[in-house]
Amino acid sequence: MAVKVMIPTPLRQFTGKQASIECSAATVGEALGNLTTSFAELRKHLYTDDGRIRSFVNVYLNDEDIRFLDKEHTKTKDGDTISIVPSIAGGLAATLKEIENQR
Amino acid sequence: MAIQTDALKQEEVKLSKEEIQRYSRHLIMPEVGLEGQLKLKRARILCIGTGGLGAPLGLYLAAAGVGHLGLVDFDVVDSSNLQRQVTFTTEDVGKSKSEAARARLKALNPTIEITAYETRLTSENALELFKDYDIVVDGTDNFPTRFLVNDACLLLGKPNVYGSIFRFEGQATVFGYPGGPCYRCLYPEPPPPGLVPSCAEGGVLGVLPGIIGSIQAMETIKLILGTGEPLVGRLLLFDALAMRFRELKLRRNPECPLCGEHRTLDKLIDYEEFCGIRGEEAPAMTDGIVEITPKELKARQERGDDLFILDVREPHEFQICNLNGKLIPLGELPGRVSELDSSREMVVHCRSGKRSADAIRFLQTAGFKKLLNLKGGVLAWSDQVDPSMPKY
Repeated sequence: MAVKVMIPTPLRQFTGKQASIECSAATVGEALGNLTTSFAELRKHLYTDDGRIRSFVNVYLNDEDIRFLDKEHTKTKDGDTISIVPSIAGGLAATLKEIENQR
Repeated sequence: MAIQTDALKQEEVKLSKEEIQRYSRHLIMPEVGLEGQLKLKRARILCIGTGGLGAPLGLYLAAAGVGHLGLVDFDVVDSSNLQRQVTFTTEDVGKSKSEAARARLKALNPTIEITAYETRLTSENALELFKDYDIVVDGTDNFPTRFLVNDACLLLGKPNVYGSIFRFEGQATVFGYPGGPCYRCLYPEPPPPGLVPSCAEGGVLGVLPGIIGSIQAMETIKLILGTGEPLVGRLLLFDALAMRFRELKLRRNPECPLCGEHRTLDKLIDYEEFCGIRGEEAPAMTDGIVEITPKELKARQERGDDLFILDVREPHEFQICNLNGKLIPLGELPGRVSELDSSREMVVHCRSGKRSADAIRFLQTAGFKKLLNLKGGVLAWSDQVDPSMPKY
């Protein structure tokens, strides 16, 4: 199945700046597996060391959260869009300074 | 009893002739009208953060005639805020943000009440601050405060109008609406520090918070008026570069510790600890990494020591200022490690010292041994060695 994986801004640095990647996969898990094989650096951002999708990253098949479908076993069909949606906190200067101070 | 209350409210809240004129473009719309404008006047809205998201939010809510606005911000205006925090002027640099915003919004609309809280939102003060308000709008910029705002809103049963931004991408939704999901339903846990690029590495396009903050203002006003379809159970994603909005479904998570079937959280916690910002993780960040201060580096260069300088920032940062090092952005390092000579002593630097520490940890696994992390990065170099170097 030809599917499109949407890469969010914070993770594009690991996909050669590409905003979306087309690949062939029968399930959501397979698509993400293909993706992290092509872009190894992405792996630790998507998965924990024991191979679970990280809890601050959500994965959607079209507009539905895969946690409420069949998780990584959710089957895909041609033309589906998979979205990786990480939590983002913002980009204001206040925290910037705090982070600097903590470093 | 209800009639009495209504009568009291009718008596208490009226529009003056000046207010009728001011809000005439609302009053002639059937979706707002006099009744809606009185709802706005009775409303009490608390804005957490007066920065990029808080700027359009505060301006539009004040202009719309929200009767009582609370503004929570502990910070002071910095010149680097002015690129996007349009409430502030150049003259405000160095002033308290909440107070500068209060003065600006009061000048925009003197008929409303505004309270500035020059304080950091904490687990100790959040419930007390929130209890007098109808809706809380989250315009903060960090994970601990996001979870704190969410949890306090849930515990008090108040809607939380959420917006967040990163570079040129934004998210917005309404959490804590009766029957709707909360932030923890979407993200049960925060990312560990270091795994998500911080705003220092990310930056933000100045207009973006203007767009997302305006969406938050619109949703707040819709909630007050009780009109339209609120952004509940839907996560709005905005990509400014593609100029595309997308919408994803948000569902209540039955396993949510806060609003799920088996609630395990019934009070506020220590959110900094929850987000790993202090405690065990912090010291581990520098474990096994040898640091060099800017002054030591300068002295060793002057002595003629053979030191290779590796800059792991991005090319656009290198253009702002650099130490004549070799540029390999952190993200490209694994693929370009063969360009480096492990026999030479290497000083790795970035803007503030965090990315270079990540780079060193990676290089250590690749067998490099003579590695030094420039403490405080180019920022510290500017402070301690070369004040002519611009800081960003």
